[in-house]
Amino acid sequence: MNLIPAREIATQETPRKLRITVLRHNPSEPDITPYLQTFEVEEGEGTTLFIALNEIREQQDASLQFDFVCRAGVCGSCAMIINGKPALACRTLTRDLPDHVQLAPLPGFELIGDLSVNTGKWMRHMAERVQTWLHRAEETISLDALEERQDPDLAEKIYELERCIECGCCVAACGTAQMRPDFVGAVGLLQLARFKLDPRDTREDADYYQVIGDESGVFGCMTLLGCEDVCPKELPLAQQIAYMRRQMALIK
Amino acid sequence: MEIVHTDALIIGGGLAGLRTAIGVRRRGFDAIVLSLVPAKRSHSATAQGGMQASLGNSVKGQGDNEDVHFLDTVRGSDWGADQEVVRMFVHTAPKAVRELAAWGVPWNRVRAGDRHSVVDGKSVTLKEAEGTHGLIDARNFGGTAKWRTCYVSDGTGHSLLYTMSNQAIAEQIPVHERMEALSLIHEDGRCCGAVVRNLATGQLLVYIAKAVAIATGGCGRLYRTTTNAVINEGMGAAMALETGIASLGNMEAVQFHPTAIVPSGILVTEGCRGDGGLLLDVDGNRFMAEYEPEKKELASRDVVSRWMEHHIRNGKGVKSRFGDHLWLDIRLLGKEHITTRLREVNEICHYFLGIDPVEKLIPVRPAQHYSMGGVRTDHTGQSPQLRGLFAVGEAACWDMHGFNRLGGNSLAETVVGGMIVGEYMADFIESSSADFRFSAGVVQQAVAAQQKLLSSFTGSENPVRIIEDMRSIMSEKVGIYRTGEALREAVTQLQSLLQRAKHIGVKSSARGANPELVSAYRSGSMLKLALCIAQGALQREESRGAHFRADFPMRNDRDWLCRTLATWEDPEQMAPTLRYEPLDVMRMELPPGWRGYGAKERIEHPHTAQRQAEVEAARAQDKNRYELQRELMPFEHLLPESLRGKNARFQEEPV
Ligand SMILES: Cc1cc2nc3c(=O)[nH]c(=O)nc-3n(C[C@H](O)[C@H](O)[C@H](O)COP(=O)(O)OP(=O)(O)OC[C@H]3O[C@@H](n4cnc5c(N)ncnc54)[C@H](O)[C@@H]3O)c2cc1C
Ligand code: SF4
Ligand code: SF4
Ligand code: FES
Repeated sequence: MNLIPAREIATQETPRKLRITVLRHNPSEPDITPYLQTFEVEEGEGTTLFIALNEIREQQDASLQFDFVCRAGVCGSCAMIINGKPALACRTLTRDLPDHVQLAPLPGFELIGDLSVNTGKWMRHMAERVQTWLHRAEETISLDALEERQDPDLAEKIYELERCIECGCCVAACGTAQMRPDFVGAVGLLQLARFKLDPRDTREDADYYQVIGDESGVFGCMTLLGCEDVCPKELPLAQQIAYMRRQMALIK
Repeated sequence: MEIVHTDALIIGGGLAGLRTAIGVRRRGFDAIVLSLVPAKRSHSATAQGGMQASLGNSVKGQGDNEDVHFLDTVRGSDWGADQEVVRMFVHTAPKAVRELAAWGVPWNRVRAGDRHSVVDGKSVTLKEAEGTHGLIDARNFGGTAKWRTCYVSDGTGHSLLYTMSNQAIAEQIPVHERMEALSLIHEDGRCCGAVVRNLATGQLLVYIAKAVAIATGGCGRLYRTTTNAVINEGMGAAMALETGIASLGNMEAVQFHPTAIVPSGILVTEGCRGDGGLLLDVDGNRFMAEYEPEKKELASRDVVSRWMEHHIRNGKGVKSRFGDHLWLDIRLLGKEHITTRLREVNEICHYFLGIDPVEKLIPVRPAQHYSMGGVRTDHTGQSPQLRGLFAVGEAACWDMHGFNRLGGNSLAETVVGGMIVGEYMADFIESSSADFRFSAGVVQQAVAAQQKLLSSFTGSENPVRIIEDMRSIMSEKVGIYRTGEALREAVTQLQSLLQRAKHIGVKSSARGANPELVSAYRSGSMLKLALCIAQGALQREESRGAHFRADFPMRNDRDWLCRTLATWEDPEQMAPTLRYEPLDVMRMELPPGWRGYGAKERIEHPHTAQRQAEVEAARAQDKNRYELQRELMPFEHLLPESLRGKNARFQEEPV
């Protein structure tokens, strides 16, 4: 909750005019080069970038592309660069921004158009590569029997690491990820840490080493922590990356 | 034209679609999943509160079993549900929770010893039994006799969808993202594929499949104020309707959730009240205690939402720039609880309201939340009219919710439905592969029809305006309180919008993604769906569950114990064709009665007394619960064999 301090919705006297500049580019129109376009919108009480961008699309430019799904800060669709920093647009209140807002698509992902990028493809590739699923010993599970017990604290700890919404902010903020397209990113390292914490996963450190024991994995990370600063779920990225790094260094 | 072939085409990458795909795949068939967005961003991810299954581990869940879950669900449905399907569901729900646990979902677990909790506004200390330590915990939800809702903090949907989606990746199931199915291809009463549009490039494709499943979720965006994601426009159900063959069931059964925040409509979970939160009015008065002395805030959603609107109409709402609202008070739960078990709620309050719910009240008002109606199916998930077309999850009317669904029963339905429908789809593919054929002509026609639609927008009407008008009509006239007069107006106005939608103009000619074009081609289909809801509500002259007619306030089992079926045979017709499918009282395990909350008066069905006597006679015999159940309404034969086993419980040895 450290991004925006909690405070009452202020009633404003005269509504502010916001200028929203968008970096526009539609790859399916190759003859048009990228350009900046500025829109003006009037700020209302509780206006978010979700509301502002939709208003622009409905009233000013029907071709503007962006992605929103949940509009509640939980699905990870709407990450973009907002005044230089990756963040979720849907839960960014414009009253916390200056009069002039600059928006650009997240770098490091394939551009679909304007503010829309293909994080889905990147994340699927990452998931396949680091195998973000529980590797159980037994093949079949009895669905009729009492469930296996789990320590209540451990269950909560696992959930803590499972709260990632694959928004891509950490990748956009990461120097390594921008230079190395094959880098698994803080998101990949975090997700592996989740399975490493789970005693039911049969993978050994050596197995993890196979996947992330090189420069495209944990040793590519420069621990500058750009990622943790921008993670909208405030996940403990630094701590988990450091942990995975120590474990992998032991094998090396 | 690119043509993709597969055994099973699953339209929808939420929980229901993914679990169905996994089921089909495990039986050795190919499955492809289509989704408007990356699968993990589907609306299932936003479910907070939890998933019902009668594990009965926690002290407040002890004594729970399938029978109790069955009674709660049928009462919740106001007797609109298909009771056999409810039985299939409650029997399979514990298996679904246990499967998900084995796949990695970190369900909150029971902690033996003292447990501090808030019940009915008071702090209490419960004692969890030693032997249950580490088993799956449950929280309280509305309309249930036991604490039965299994949960992962308040990110249950997120955790489930990620686990499910990763499992699908492990099983190498391709998910074709940013793909929108536009229409179903069918021939001689058999569905054989879909025409699909790539949302990133604008290209049309054809998918040919031996079986197709619609798992496209809800249609909340037909309303102005809704808790649903912006992609929930109901296009899957509309696509089935537009075949002219498949029918939609009970579209007028629309749920309004009591606690959407004002003004954005973002949901805060029922878990807030389940965990002890209260509803307060402008005077700080706990009004639900007066209306529902027994269940109070935890009556079913339809009942609580109705009382809230009623209370606001009586001038007890809190005035604000965005209209009147009421308060949700979770302060009494304390900081520790709010920041761990209700952390998403906490974040939502901070980011979207700028308040700290540990200290401040949350402004709430009911908003559209869930569609009980959808593509009508039989117990296997298949359309009774169009062979090879299946439906599952919120998009389906499998019919376990009737006229009101209980909180926590929807996540459970998506997974349970997926487990069952996946098996039956595989059976269908297996048994009908040999006679599967489709003609090139039919495919060409289907594609040509879409091409024609996509190039028809040369008029002057603005599609965004049309959709906005539709939303206002739905929220104002087809909402919580309905009257014949308002509904008649709604139908007329929606019809004139449908007329206007024939003259839409699209200005942007962008190749690739073209959001304006998307609104244009969806608007006609959305209007047809809206008309199914409005016309269904107009004709149903009674009140049942979430469908409340101020001019017919009583439930009328004599004339309306039936399911509405809507079809749209002729694309040019201006209203759906409605038929009614009766529910047979003489086969009900639980004959119609009072729900235990809400209105007591009703018009009885002529068979109810007789069936009631039969059921009581059966209960008087000395039989164990399984034998008794089998005598009243056998259902096990309806389940796939692999799911028939009895569920073990901590305190109960299976017989
Ligand atoms: C805010 C909120 C909270 C909730 N909390 C709970 C809860 O705590 N407990 C509970 O039991 N229930 C809850 N529900 C209800 C429950 O979450 C949903 O009913 C359920 O998740 C729906 O799942 P689904 O798989 O049917 O559909 P969805 O998860 O909505 O998935 C639909 C899929 O279909 C795809 N799709 C749609 N149309 C097309 C098309 N034309 N072509 C291709 N793909 C398409 C979408 O991309 C998506 O992948 C909640 C609902 C809301 C709105
Ligand atoms: S780790 Fe944080 S920033 Fe990175 S994808 Fe997950 S939620 Fe987003
Ligand atoms: S700490 Fe590592 S993963 Fe995070 S931004 Fe820096 S290089 Fe990237
Ligand atoms: S739209 Fe879902 S996180 Fe912003």
